[in-house]
Amino acid sequence: MLMESSPYGIEKKKLGMWVFIISDACTFAAFLFAYGYMRVGAPVWGTPFEFSSILNGMLMTAVLLSSSLTMLAAVRAAQAGTKASANKWLGVTMLLGAIFAALHLREWFKLIGEGWRLFYNPTGGAAQFGATFFSVTGLHLTHVVTGVIALGFIARGYNQGRYDESHVETAGLYWHFVDLVWMFVFPLMYLMNAQ
Amino acid sequence: MEPMSAHAATHHAPPQGFIRKYVFSVDHKIIGIQYTTLSLVAAFIGMALSWAMRIHLGWPDAHIPLLSMFSPNGAPGGLMTPEYYLSLMTMHGTIMAFFVLTAAPMAGFGNFMLPIQVGAADMAFPRLNMASFWVTFVGFVLACATFFIPDGPPLSGWTAYAPLSAVGTVAGPGQGWGQNFWGLSIAVFCVASLLGALNFIVTTLDLRTKGMTLSRLPLSTWAWFINAWVSLLAFAVLLPTCLLLVLDRLGGTSFFIPAGLVINDQLQPHSGGSPLLFQHLFWFFGHPEVYIIILPAFGIVSHILPTFIRKPLVGGWKAITYAMIAVGTLSFVVWGHHMFVSGMSPFMAMVFSVPTLFITIPSVIAVLIWTFSLYRANMRFDTPMLFSLGFISLFISGGIGGFFLAQPSTDSYLHATSFVVGHFHFTMGLSAIFAAFAGFYYWFPKMWGRMMNETLGKVHFWLSFVLVYCVFMTMHLTGFAGAVRRYSAFVDDFMVPLIPTQRFISVAALLLGAAQFIFLFNAIWSRFQGPKAPDNPWGATTLEWDTTSPPPFDNFGGRQITVYHGPMEYDGEASVMQTSPEVSVAGT
Repeated sequence: MLMESSPYGIEKKKLGMWVFIISDACTFAAFLFAYGYMRVGAPVWGTPFEFSSILNGMLMTAVLLSSSLTMLAAVRAAQAGTKASANKWLGVTMLLGAIFAALHLREWFKLIGEGWRLFYNPTGGAAQFGATFFSVTGLHLTHVVTGVIALGFIARGYNQGRYDESHVETAGLYWHFVDLVWMFVFPLMYLMNAQ
Repeated sequence: MEPMSAHAATHHAPPQGFIRKYVFSVDHKIIGIQYTTLSLVAAFIGMALSWAMRIHLGWPDAHIPLLSMFSPNGAPGGLMTPEYYLSLMTMHGTIMAFFVLTAAPMAGFGNFMLPIQVGAADMAFPRLNMASFWVTFVGFVLACATFFIPDGPPLSGWTAYAPLSAVGTVAGPGQGWGQNFWGLSIAVFCVASLLGALNFIVTTLDLRTKGMTLSRLPLSTWAWFINAWVSLLAFAVLLPTCLLLVLDRLGGTSFFIPAGLVINDQLQPHSGGSPLLFQHLFWFFGHPEVYIIILPAFGIVSHILPTFIRKPLVGGWKAITYAMIAVGTLSFVVWGHHMFVSGMSPFMAMVFSVPTLFITIPSVIAVLIWTFSLYRANMRFDTPMLFSLGFISLFISGGIGGFFLAQPSTDSYLHATSFVVGHFHFTMGLSAIFAAFAGFYYWFPKMWGRMMNETLGKVHFWLSFVLVYCVFMTMHLTGFAGAVRRYSAFVDDFMVPLIPTQRFISVAALLLGAAQFIFLFNAIWSRFQGPKAPDNPWGATTLEWDTTSPPPFDNFGGRQITVYHGPMEYDGEASVMQTSPEVSVAGT
């Protein structure tokens, strides 16, 4: 309409995403605080992860870190206006996200198969292990899956010309944040629980 | 690329049809009115609950026939059980703290006024804004639904302390589905508050019009902006707290339930959790929450005062704004003072006591700014001004009680008594309500285009003001005398002498509630029959008074807004609009 653009205008989607990231970081922090509180308070905690689990976790880490790199490539390509390249990199990022989720679910099902539950520890350690592991990684996994779906919508809209490179960049912010959270979750939930 | 996304919000056209225009509207003004209306309904429900509680406290044998129709199990024959009293208390606290005090001053008035005050056509994310309201609505429906499920509402108070809130039906009626509904309701409310806070922050930073620097923001906008940050961080922690509580209840985890807990001779199948963890997480949200409630009140009063004293506040925009920022920041490091008697390490009690005393400094600075600003002022005593003065009075009275409670030694005695009830009703309950009334009377002409009746407004103020003191100052005294909070009746021998005082409080509370119907009548009658409001009935200077009453769909009718002054350009009768290029009168 007749409104002039704001002289203080910074890209509002980007600002909104940053604000969301701050808030979401607090949510993860509360989960991790609960984990630390449970762990410190438990008489016997128990560290059940065998080398194969750690190896799987390292593989997941490598996949997710790589996906941040491909996301960066997608943003760069979008900013350069090369649509085909941006779409390709978005696709690769989604694929890596999906591989991460698949590897993660494999780990979950393995643990569930061994008898781990939210309220039960088959190795005789603290029952809180299952509660904290499944809730913290579950929250993270939800973020990854949401991210993959969101990237799908962004890629589609970008392809059809409804979205521009700023949408790709904003989605990238979210993706890097989810990656960053994993950099806290992996050492705290996996490495600290290695046998 | 599109030229500038900053005005993408202005791109949507006025909606057609009733549903798009008034129900699922993306217009911030309609959403503000929706929030205000929701809060009004919630406030009257919460008030009715307090009536039932007060009648029972004053006359423990009294039968309330209406109550038995409402809940045959909770009040057989109209005489409420102790459990049902706790249910009423829980829902009074939940509805008032979340759906009235958190919603009205921030989401209600803020939604309507903030975009106009910064010169924008709408919020930064209008559809997200609509989602915030409707998610809040779902949360409210879930909370109210607890009254209609067989076991009734939960018993665990608005703080939902674990393990009581975590163990399920074995802990009493209402701890089954009632508590589940409660957890879901609050989780949903958290999501809505987070979306709202995000919108407020981005709108304030991003959609300001030409010349609207941060130093020229109205103080109400400043308060909503600071408050949005506090909400963003606090509700982001309450959300996982609710999720963990729900996991404990439905997923069998033991985050908050200790090992070996025996309830009603049944050993609970949980191990290793910590009730203190719940308290830490809850109060990390809960203490900022009381500032989430009071900061918009600071803002509304600081916004209204200069209009009615016809001069800037002492210290200009900076002193009060820095005080609000300090309050908001410190609110995150004082949560442990709610846990002095919880079994936390006494050393930690000292650690939390010190910042608690520190946070009184910016609060006192704010109070001094308001009171010193009144000195030699050419005051006008319209209803918004009366309620602003009432706010200052109540905030001081409540704050003085805070000094006693901030000390672990005196708090050990007072914590479980009605002293605390009186204290928090003064500081965060009634102070915020008075500021919300001030805002309502002040902005009513802008929101609905009609003036409210001044005489009824003044009657409403004086009755409310006197009766609020009768109710809550007396609670301080009964607290000193040892009246335990959360008891449904005072029939033990040492509390019997307090019964006449309890009856005095009850009568005052019933009258206080009755006085609110004067307000309700005034609001509804004025909405349809009040005289048409001019654009700027109070002689104010901020942008919301620089457009028609009510404002057009895009707020300024396509006018390009440029701001030249701060909001407090008053000098006696003379005042300069923020949009006027004239030289400033007060030199701010």
